[in-house]
Amino acid sequence: MFKQDQLDKIAAKKEKWAAKLEATVKKRPEREAQFATDSGFVIDTVYTPLNLKEMDYDADLGLPGEFPYTRGVQPNVYRGRLWTMRQYAGFGSAEETNARFRYLLEQGQTGLSCAFDLPTQIGYDSDHPLARGEIGKVGVAIDSLADMEVLFDQIPLGKVSTSMTINAPAGVLLAMYIACAEKQGFTKAQINGTIQNDVIKEYICRGTYILPPEPSMRLISNIFEFCAKEVPTWNTISISGYHIREAGATAAQEIAFTLADGIAYVDAAIKSGLDVDSFAGRLSFFFNAHLNFLEEVAKFRAARRIWAKVMRNRFGAKDPRSWTLRFHTQTAGVSLTAQQPMVNIMRTAFEALSAVLGGTQSLHTNSYDEALALPCDESVMIALRTQQVIGYEIGVCDVVDPLGGSYYIEALTNALEEKAMEYIAKIDALGGAVKAIEYMQKEIHNSAYQYQLAIDNKKKTVIGVNRFQMKEKPVEGLLKVDLSVGERQVEKLKKMKAGRDQAVVEAKLKAVREAALSDTNLMPVFIDAVKEYVTLGEICGVLRDVFGEYKQQIVF
Amino acid sequence: MSEKRIRVLVAKPGLDGHDRGAKVIAQALRDAGMEVVYTGLRQTPEQIVAAALQEDVDVVGMSILSGAHGTLFPEVVNLLREKGAGDVLVVGGGIIPDDDIPALKEAGVAEVFGPGTPLANVVQYIKDKLN
Repeated sequence: MFKQDQLDKIAAKKEKWAAKLEATVKKRPEREAQFATDSGFVIDTVYTPLNLKEMDYDADLGLPGEFPYTRGVQPNVYRGRLWTMRQYAGFGSAEETNARFRYLLEQGQTGLSCAFDLPTQIGYDSDHPLARGEIGKVGVAIDSLADMEVLFDQIPLGKVSTSMTINAPAGVLLAMYIACAEKQGFTKAQINGTIQNDVIKEYICRGTYILPPEPSMRLISNIFEFCAKEVPTWNTISISGYHIREAGATAAQEIAFTLADGIAYVDAAIKSGLDVDSFAGRLSFFFNAHLNFLEEVAKFRAARRIWAKVMRNRFGAKDPRSWTLRFHTQTAGVSLTAQQPMVNIMRTAFEALSAVLGGTQSLHTNSYDEALALPCDESVMIALRTQQVIGYEIGVCDVVDPLGGSYYIEALTNALEEKAMEYIAKIDALGGAVKAIEYMQKEIHNSAYQYQLAIDNKKKTVIGVNRFQMKEKPVEGLLKVDLSVGERQVEKLKKMKAGRDQAVVEAKLKAVREAALSDTNLMPVFIDAVKEYVTLGEICGVLRDVFGEYKQQIVF
Repeated sequence: MSEKRIRVLVAKPGLDGHDRGAKVIAQALRDAGMEVVYTGLRQTPEQIVAAALQEDVDVVGMSILSGAHGTLFPEVVNLLREKGAGDVLVVGGGIIPDDDIPALKEAGVAEVFGPGTPLANVVQYIKDKLN
């Protein structure tokens, strides 16, 4: 990108300047003996064209909307439409979550994002013994289509897009969503949204797995195939680095492990007989926006470039849509403090800005009280307003990839790509992401432990925790989900079950079993079953019976 | 080194999969010279108590981030008492609102460590209690 004589001139100048720098540092030592990013990249004092000697503008950056998409997936990014402002919400009963959804839509939110409680995420009905104490706690409890109908009451499913954080039982919840939309009068082709459906990261770090890897990968491929034909604008998976980062990974590990998981899903789908371009365009990703601002911006850019190369070169995808990495971002929950919680508003704002400068397609901003409880209405509103300030007031959306071309950002983007590719090569050598689960767990745990030690020994400053502490009053107005939600949910489920024709329920469950034992696609069978109000727990019970359950290896 | 090493069971009750904190604490206790057993995810109170008895631990440390602490922590304390192991020190951590702490202490949870607690504080607390 730079001519050799220019570079020589800069090198000569920099050499002289280095002597000046040394004198300055001698007189007044720098704040750190060595500066480094969260991923451990040592940071120079200043970056110049000398750091980008090898860069080829066209091959490494290109124009937005063109290979390798470093600068963005559309030609004009936010000049057309801002990202989707999508706050993750869900708690208690379907009625309460429906009210929160409608409140968020009234406040100007542009898409829904549904949190399910843990029994739902693990495929247990609310009356299962393991659901005790957990019903409605971290999300809404959905046992059957009856709950789903209440959840989306007066929300036209053909007109909003809905992201559902559901993984192991994603197919069943998608079946309920389709059934619910059809009851509202919409067709499968009219609905938009995303299911997380990323089971590998559940094994690695999030924990809501049900089945062993092989049947899980089959279910995922079934969903890819079904949606490619029937639900063409549905994002069939959200391959998630968010939780990998929350569990402790560095920025480089986050993109490497996520893209390695992505490679495993593409591999599995191709092995099941699908053509790569028939499903790859519907793959989506989910990343974390953490505190190390500039490294985060570079991370999003590096992820886009790596995926474009992987899809084109490794998998031979021909449709440009298959090359593009589209992603949702959530600010880092782990960066929130219980101490001086209002300071979290600033942390979240900077994290959100890094996601926007990194070109995210949708964004969730955390609420300031989330190190204490689920967010209250007021804190959620401020979080949403934070996105609106970035989108409408500060001008950063009027130009594409404004940090592109910064010597530092480009050097960091290159460094992250290189480091991530080293990890991906290591995972390939282990036999792919599914075989490398324990390797990734160990790497993540080591990074998490180092991070905590850095806070404890004050190498890393956390305001309110290890510096600038002060005496505080307890926070008031925290959201509470009481145990009566669980009791009411169990009661509702009992009534619903009593009103069904048991012979029909059994016939539908038999169909699920037969499909599971054969190699037919399970999605149509799920849809048939949920329409008759067969519950999530009943369907997952059959799958557990047929395929067995995953047993986690304990790594620490 | 005639002093008996402190034995700790680090446990994840309930369905919550967030185990970053549990594993970091487990490692810190191990690095501080304690013998640590980590149960892994999705443990029922019955499983936790069985493991505590089998491993003959001095301490049970539980971590919950899902909000189910009010139900599950007291169940573990009660089951330990029923099995004659009421002298085991039970501590907890996670996303636990201040308002919930008095009831947990009332139920027999000795201490609750919230977000931002330095590892050294947890280590010191356990050492002080057991020596």
